[in-house]
This record gives sequence, structure tokens and C-alpha cells, in this order.
Amino acid sequence: MTGTPILKVDGLAVRYPSRGFRKPPTTVIEDVSFEVGCAETVALVGESGSGKTTIGRAVLGLTPVSGGRVLLDGRDVTRLTGRARRLLSSDLQAIFQNPYGSLNPALPVGRTLAEPLLVDSARSRDEVRAHIAELLRRVGLPEDAADRYPPQFSGGQRQRIAIARAVARKPKLIICDEPTSALDVTTQAAALNLLSELQDTLGCAYLFITHDLAVVKEFAARTLVLQHGRIVEEGRSTDVCDRPQHAYTRRLVAAAPVPDPVLQRRRRQQRTDVEAATA
Amino acid sequence: MTTVEAPPKARSRPRINPFAGIWRRPVPAAALVVVVGISVAVIFAPLLAPHPPLAQDLLHTLSGPSANHPLGTDALGRDVLSRLLYGGRPTLIGVGLAVLVYAFFGMSLGMLAGYLRGWTDRVIVAVLDVMLSVPAVIITLAVLAIFYQSNAAAMLTIGFFASAGLARIIRSSCIALREELFVDAARVSGLGPARIMARHILPRLTGQLLVPVFLFSGNALAIQTGLGFLGLATPAPAPSWGGMVGDAAQIMQQDPYLLFVSGGLIGLMSLSFGLVGDGLRDLEQDRRQATGGRLRRPVPATAPENAAKPSDGAVLAVRDYSIAFATAHGPRTVVDSISFSVRPGEIFGLVGESGSGKTVTGLSLLGLLPPNGAVTSGAAWLADTRLSGLPERELQRIRGSEIALVSQEPMLALDPYFTIGSQLAEVIRRTAAVSGRKDAVRERIRELLTSVHLRDPDDVARRHPHELSGGMLQRIVIAMALAGSPKVLIADEPTTALDVTVQAGILDLLRSLRDEHGMAIILITHDLGVVADTCDRAIVMEQGRIVEEGSVEDIFYRPRHAYTKKLIESTPSIARTEGRIA
Amino acid sequence: MLPIILRRLALSVPLLVVVSAITFVLESFVPGDPARTVLGINATQEQYDALQAAMHLDQPVAVQYWLYLRDLLQGDLGSSLFSGESVLGLIGQRLPVTLALVIGGTVLASLVGVVLGVYSATRGRFSRRLFDIVSLLGSAVPNFWIALLLVAVFAVKFAFFPATGYTPFAESPGEWAAGLVLPVISLSIGGVAFISKVTRDAMMSTLALDHIRTLRASGIGPTSIIWKHALRACGLPVVTTIGLMMITFIPGTILIENVFTLPGLGTTVVDATNQHDLPVVQGLTITFTVMVIVVNLLVDVLYSLLNPKVRTE
Repeated sequence: MTGTPILKVDGLAVRYPSRGFRKPPTTVIEDVSFEVGCAETVALVGESGSGKTTIGRAVLGLTPVSGGRVLLDGRDVTRLTGRARRLLSSDLQAIFQNPYGSLNPALPVGRTLAEPLLVDSARSRDEVRAHIAELLRRVGLPEDAADRYPPQFSGGQRQRIAIARAVARKPKLIICDEPTSALDVTTQAAALNLLSELQDTLGCAYLFITHDLAVVKEFAARTLVLQHGRIVEEGRSTDVCDRPQHAYTRRLVAAAPVPDPVLQRRRRQQRTDVEAATA
Repeated sequence: MTTVEAPPKARSRPRINPFAGIWRRPVPAAALVVVVGISVAVIFAPLLAPHPPLAQDLLHTLSGPSANHPLGTDALGRDVLSRLLYGGRPTLIGVGLAVLVYAFFGMSLGMLAGYLRGWTDRVIVAVLDVMLSVPAVIITLAVLAIFYQSNAAAMLTIGFFASAGLARIIRSSCIALREELFVDAARVSGLGPARIMARHILPRLTGQLLVPVFLFSGNALAIQTGLGFLGLATPAPAPSWGGMVGDAAQIMQQDPYLLFVSGGLIGLMSLSFGLVGDGLRDLEQDRRQATGGRLRRPVPATAPENAAKPSDGAVLAVRDYSIAFATAHGPRTVVDSISFSVRPGEIFGLVGESGSGKTVTGLSLLGLLPPNGAVTSGAAWLADTRLSGLPERELQRIRGSEIALVSQEPMLALDPYFTIGSQLAEVIRRTAAVSGRKDAVRERIRELLTSVHLRDPDDVARRHPHELSGGMLQRIVIAMALAGSPKVLIADEPTTALDVTVQAGILDLLRSLRDEHGMAIILITHDLGVVADTCDRAIVMEQGRIVEEGSVEDIFYRPRHAYTKKLIESTPSIARTEGRIA
Repeated sequence: MLPIILRRLALSVPLLVVVSAITFVLESFVPGDPARTVLGINATQEQYDALQAAMHLDQPVAVQYWLYLRDLLQGDLGSSLFSGESVLGLIGQRLPVTLALVIGGTVLASLVGVVLGVYSATRGRFSRRLFDIVSLLGSAVPNFWIALLLVAVFAVKFAFFPATGYTPFAESPGEWAAGLVLPVISLSIGGVAFISKVTRDAMMSTLALDHIRTLRASGIGPTSIIWKHALRACGLPVVTTIGLMMITFIPGTILIENVFTLPGLGTTVVDATNQHDLPVVQGLTITFTVMVIVVNLLVDVLYSLLNPKVRTE
């Protein structure tokens, strides 16, 4: 990695106060540190309850941070709120998991896409319209999609709209929270291709949050493995997937089935042997 | 540039006007006409009334309808129609006042609490709780004890206390809207709170106001006329709807006619408020579900005309099998003439993406299609029994004992109100030949839970579903399916909702159960990794048709259909050496 | 469960404070001599003096309220301006009639409503439509009018039941019951519509749930599925609705008692309102509020008994 990282997370902690009387707070994230370089894709992998989504939300300022720092392009943004946080939107964007929930069904697609552009009001109406048309073209949707409503699109198309919104102001970093896990595999492949194309042309970095190690191996340069709110392993994605070091990562890798019956039979045999040995 | 499927044709914008579409429904439309019509008539009472409301004609008392008195006269010879027209004024003014106060306090308290949250929210919620626990009608009487016969004071009180109910609705939708992903997305896009409120939250909330307003209008009307009936809201000779019912009640023994006229009008108005409110709510629901219109059920296949029982020794066979669903645009075929056979003791994959018809096929084999779906051609056989067209009673006997189901969401698949033990016991008593004796059933529960590799089965049996993890629950669901020793087990995406490490355990379990019990398993899944791991043979479905069929080796190493190839290529693999995407 | 009860009790304190203060607050808005204004011009000097004394009208409102609260805590609700009877005694005498109505109406409406609701949930589309309209009719049409119609048909025309009046239980249980039949029915009709609609909707959405499908897939029959599993899942919304309904029955008795001239709290409060008998109105307001609090408490307890998640915590 060269130069200043676009995102630096240092000792991040998120705890929720407990509802009960005098119970200790629930720790969701504890002492998480990592960096994302410019135009780099870093994956955060974990199972349910690992805290991977919380990290993304903490970086975006959607969840209050209890400890540690978040630096965006060298600037501490951990506790920015209000207008200062809003101004970050030109550098920091997000794509959420559920393409059905992340678009307001009552607003035409064009108005949703215009939202990131509303922040600096310098643009004229025509400029905004031209910009939206350009965005739609870029994600492979026809120009007249701007006048239609989200319910009229399929899941894959909606996720393209969400991607278009995220790249509208050419941000330096996009948090992708399980952006393809609600999609069919064929649609997922197309969406991942679109994301890498956009990365090539726009030079944005991705923090890619997912439960699927197989996607990570093909899509991300580096991978962080998260368990119970802590990072247990970190490295190049191919290393993490092919030569996992931590016991938990090894379990994750062994459990992921591969679409190849003969190879999968061999992997399963290895896994059950290991399980029998450790039991 | 990547290619995508063609987007839908541009349609008119989704209707947000809550009244739009009401004219296509006769009942609420008629009710709206009644509400508006009566209100207008009452407003223009001085122009429309044939007589002054207080003019007595003592020669024609209780005359019944006549040309001069279209609705007859009362005990003092006053014209009933005129009195009804004038009498609607205090009533409707009272209702109007109540509704205004109701909407104002309901909206503002609800939005303040829902949007600001924190301390404001807590204080407002406490106030609302108190308001809702106050018996408002009694307080209204206390108000009337001081402000004697003040219609306005009474109805303002009613509106104010009732607004707590509205405030709660508005507050919770406000909170739900704030949690919506699209609001998060707008915040990430850099929109400020004012813009988010104006664009994403307010339009939704005002849309939700109308239904409660109409329903409350009906209540307010009943209360206002009730007060009038008791003589508490309008001073004596002046007409009011409730007062007229009271007058009619005095002479009920002689002539009940006036009771029907006055009370009937109140009933009609109140019913109409309710019908408009209900109609608007139905419209809103239809908009949300994007259906609407009348559903026509597809015609189920009846005679076994085109399908003869296959004789290939299959434990389950499906021939020329089609399934259709009723939609707003007529029947839609979701499974189209498929045929396949499952042999005893094999794990058979039903593979496809969303919309391929794989789950519907599985459910139809158990006779569990939703009410708007039906098998429209062909048939399915379980060994020698023809499943399609079997009466519900027969199906019930077969379900659980011959063919069983494991579904997708283990967290939802068990009854949250009963312990694991009691649910298993019910199924055991129903399916297995265990005598009703308690310890025999308990022994069988222990046996079943042990067979799905749950440690400490006695402890598990005592628990409720919410105390157990997803993986454990899925094992319990499998144990339940095993209770009747079925020949065929249908597993519908059994691991999709589970973490990958838990998934591996469940798939191991299915495989070992097949080995021990020799039953056939139909594994419905979208995940080619799961297919490669677990299945012996499989069919690949695309949009209701079978595009590929064969052993897993054939499917993965020698796929014939382009769709199968695309599916295999698109499935990410942790074992693939070269990255497809840089 | 305990925290829920404690929260409810804690809420009932401000509730009672607000409710008992209402007449005092309102009275302070009345310009001039409140006693005069409240009593109207036809009042006698004795009534005027009685009101002055009862409410300490010569004192500031806050002091009046404080004195009232002090008496209240000692179980003294004052006495009627007209009959001079103690308000507490009056309540004790009239409460049984109202309670009989509310409890009878609740039991009747719950039983009929639940059975109707379950029945219509498991029938076809047409009967559901019909049911919708009938239930709306039941809930929309004012119950005092229904009561009058019932009187017109069953008491005046056929003379099955007495039209008005009340026989105490101790005198003749048979006549007591006969006298309550029509009032209880008229009170419960709106409730039947309400309960059956909620039961129907809850039942229909429950029957579409995954765990019901699991049971069906295991070969469990419709009787057990509907009356054991699905009805159990409907327990929470139905119990909540029964509680809400019971709360509407409490003021609902006012009109019903007046139609049938039953000597309950409802007729008493209307008479007191007409006569500006403020001590009685206040006492009854508090009594009605306490009844609402008790019902809410019962619902809370039932609610936590029915919810396995609350129970095991």
C-alpha cells in the first residue's frame, strides 16, 4: 500500500448500553484497527453477529462510536455530526444490502439519484438531469429509468440504481454492506463486474462487507476476518482463503462448499477428518 | 458495459393520492357519497328544509310521511325532515371540532416524539399513556357538569383524548420510517434532517392520517349523538340527531317509526364513515402489495387423463406437472410441464434461482400450495399413491408419515408458544405407532433429538424455540420431520438462513440420515455449492421449466444447457485458483 | 412480569392526579363566582352553600384541590349536594349494577366474537366480505340506538324481557338476570364486531405463518392447528383487544343504563351532570378511572402470561 490510506480505523469500539439494571453494556465491536488504501478493495468477512455491519455503520456515522478513531483521508471523522458529516458525502458513500429497502418506493428513481447532488446547490436543473442520465448509462440502465419508480425494477436493477447513487459524486470510498447477498448468483456476478468496472474508471476504494468468503476471494485484494467483534485474521485475500492461519478462518474456509462435486467430496473428507481429530 | 435484462415499460407514477381508486370499489364509493351528500345537505339546511325546525303543527302530530312532510311529523307536529337537516348542524360541527383537535394533536405529538426521540419521546409517550387510560367520555361529562350543554367543550375534550391513539400510530410509523434503509441512504447521500423530513417522512405520514380520521369521525358521531340523546349537548327545543332519538324513544310504545328515521340516519352516517375508512385502508394495502383487482383461481387438474403412473420403481414421480397462480392479470403458470423421478435413498436436488418454481414444486407435493395456487396439469405419485387431486383428509394422513418437510427459516418454523417437547409429542402421537403412554412418547422424543445429534435432549425438549440457536432449531425441525419415518423428505433451502459453518453441520446430518434410514431427500436450493456437496442427482429449473437433468457429475462437468453453464460460472468458489475479477 | 405491573401502577398515580384535578382546573376557567355559574340561576341558597362548603370555593383553586386530595386519601369523597348522601356510599350502592353489565358484556362479546372470528377466518372469500359488512354495522351503529331497537322488538312487541328497571340479585336472581339480558346484549354488540374482526385478521395471518405450515406438513389436523396452535398465537392481539373493548364498555354503560333506567354508575353520573352535583361527578370520574386502571392491569398480567418470551426472562 502506498500513500495515505483513504480510510484508517484505529481501535474502534462500539458498545450498546444494556436495558437491564446495572448490567454491563453489550460489546459489539472491540479494538478493531485496519486501513483501506486508495482505489483498494478490502473485505470484512464474518458470520452473523460478528459485528461486520456495525463497523460499516460506525464509519458512516450511523452508529455512535464508543472508542477509537475513524480517519477519512487523514482527517478524524469519528464524531462528526450535522453539516460537517453531510459534507463528507462527496468522499464517502454506501451501498446497502437490501435493494428493496434502500430506495424510497414513493420517489422516482431520478429524484433519488439527485439526492447526493442536492448537497452543493451550485448545479442547474439541466446539469443535474444530464448527470443523472450519465449515471444511469454508466450502470447499464436506460435514460428513461429516471422517471420510473423503484417497485417497477427487479432486484438486480434496483441494486444498480443504488450503485449509481453511491457513485454520483465520485466518492473516494464506498462502504458496500452485503451489496449482492440478496441477489441471485447470475445477477450477483453482473453487479460485482459493474463494481470493478466503476473502480477502474473512478478510482474509488471499497470496504466490502460480506459473509461469503468465496466472493471475497474473487473480488477483494485484502481480507479481514471478524469473529465476535474482533479481527482474528488479516491478509491478502488469496492467502486468507488458501492458507488460513487462525482456527476460525480455517473452519470458515473448510465449511464453504465449492461448485465441483469431486473437489467438494475431497474438501468435505478433510473437514470431517479435522473435526474428528479435534473432537 | 454489462448487459442487463430489459427494464419494464414506463408506467404512470404510483398513485399517492389516497382517494385514487376508491371509485372502482362500489361500497366505499357509495359511503363517500353518503358522507359528502349528508354533510352538504346539513350545511344548506336553511335552503333545503321545507319548514322551520321549531314550527309546530299540533293538528298533524305523528302524521307519517306525506307530501307536505316527506318524513312525517313528530309528537309536537314539527317537520321531521327539517329537524333532521337542522339537527345535523350541532352534530356535524361537534364531529368536525373533535376531528380537528384529534388530527392536530395526534400529528404534532406523534411527530415530535417519533422524530426527536430521546427525552422528548419518553415524556410524550408517558403523557400519551396517561391520556389513553383516561375514560374520556366520563371526563367529558365532568366538563359538561361545569360548561353546561356546551357541545364544543364536550367534543374538543373527546378529540383531545382520542388524539393519543393517533399520536401513537404516527409516532411508530415515524420511527419505522427513520429506520428505513432509504433514510439511511439519504443521510449518507448528505441530506440534512429538514430535507429528509420533507422528502421521505412527511409525505408518508400525511398519507396515513386519513384512515384514522374517518374511523374516528364515526366514533365521534356516536359520542356526540349519545350526549344529545342524554340531553347533555344541545338545549331542549333546538333539534339535534341524538335529541331526536331521545324524543322518539319517549313515544316508542305508541309509534316506533321516528326511532327508525332518526336513529337510522345516525347509523347510516356512522356506518359510512367506517366504510370510507376501511375502504381507504384496503386501497393502501393493495398499493403496498401491488396486487388489486379480483383474483381468479386457476382451475385444478382433475381427471388423470394425460398422465399414467410411471413404473420405474421411483419413490416419487412427477409427470407433465404444471402449477399456476391467480394474479391480478389472470392465471400465471409458474411451473410448466415438468417431469422427474426420485429413487429411494437418493438425495435429489431441485436447483434454480428465484422465480424458477422450485419451492412451489416442493410445497405442491405436500398439498401445501397457497390458496391462490393449483396444480393445473399432470400429476405426482408417491410410490403407488397419486398425490394430485387427493382429498385433504388423505393428504393429512400422508403428510408427516410418508412425506415430510424441512423449511427455510428454522427461527419461524416452530410454534413459539409451545415447548419443543410438546410439539414433538403432538407429531409423534399423530404419526408414529407409539401408544399414548407418556414415557413411551418421552423416550421417542429423546431418541429423535439424539438422532439429529443434539446434546442433552431432555433439556432441549423443555425449551421454547426462542431460547435456541438457528442451527439447533433446524435440527429440531428435521427431528420433527423424522418422527413419522417418512419415505421422502423435502428440504426447502434448509441452510440458506444459516451461517456457513452451521450449514456444513446440517448438510452432514441430512447425508447421514439418508444413509441410516434410506429415505429419499429432495433438496431445494439455489446454491450450487450445496448441490455439489450433498446431491446425487439434480434437475436445474429456469422460469418453471427443467433445463438440465442428470447426476451431479453430469451437471457440473458436462452441462448441456447454456443456463446451467452460466449458473456454474457465476457461482463464486473459494477453491478457484485464478480470480475471475481482478 | 413484575416490572410491567410496577410500571402500570406507577403510571396510574399521575393518571389519578390528572383525573381528580380536572374539575378543579376547569372550574378555575369559569369567570366570576364559580358556585353561581356552576349551579345556574335556579339553584337554592342551600345548594349554593353546600357547594361552597364542599369545594372550599372561598379558597384558591390549588388549596381546594389539596383539601380534596387530603380527604380522598382518607377515603372521604364528600357528599352529594342534593341528597346529602355520602358519595362513597352512593358508589358502593350503584357499582354492582355497572360491574354486572361490564363483566357480562365482556364475557358474551369475547365468546361470541372469538368463535365468529375463527369461523370466518376459515371460510371462503364471499362469507368474509359479508362478515366484514355485518361487523362494521355492529361496530359503527351507536349502541344506544341498538338498545332502543331491542327494547322495541323484544320488550314492547313480544314482551320477552322487561323494558326497563332493575331487580337486585338478592331479591330474585331470575328477575335480576332477565332484566340484564337486553342491556348486556346491547352493550356487547359493538364488542362482538370488534373482537371477531381482530380474531379473524390475526387468525388469517397466523395461518399463513411458517410454523403452521410445519405442523400441516407433519400431518397435524385442522382442529388442533386452528384451535390449539393458531388460536394460541392469536392470544396476544385478542387479549389486548378484549381489554380495549372492556375499557370502552365502562363508559358505554352510561347510555345503556339510561336507556334501560338501571340504577348504576352511568345513570348516576348523568343525573349528577345535569344537576351540577360536582362532588358526585368527581367521585364517579375517579371510580371509572380506577376501573380502567384495573382492566389495564389485568390485561398486562394476562399479556405477560401469554408471551413465552416475557415469561422466561
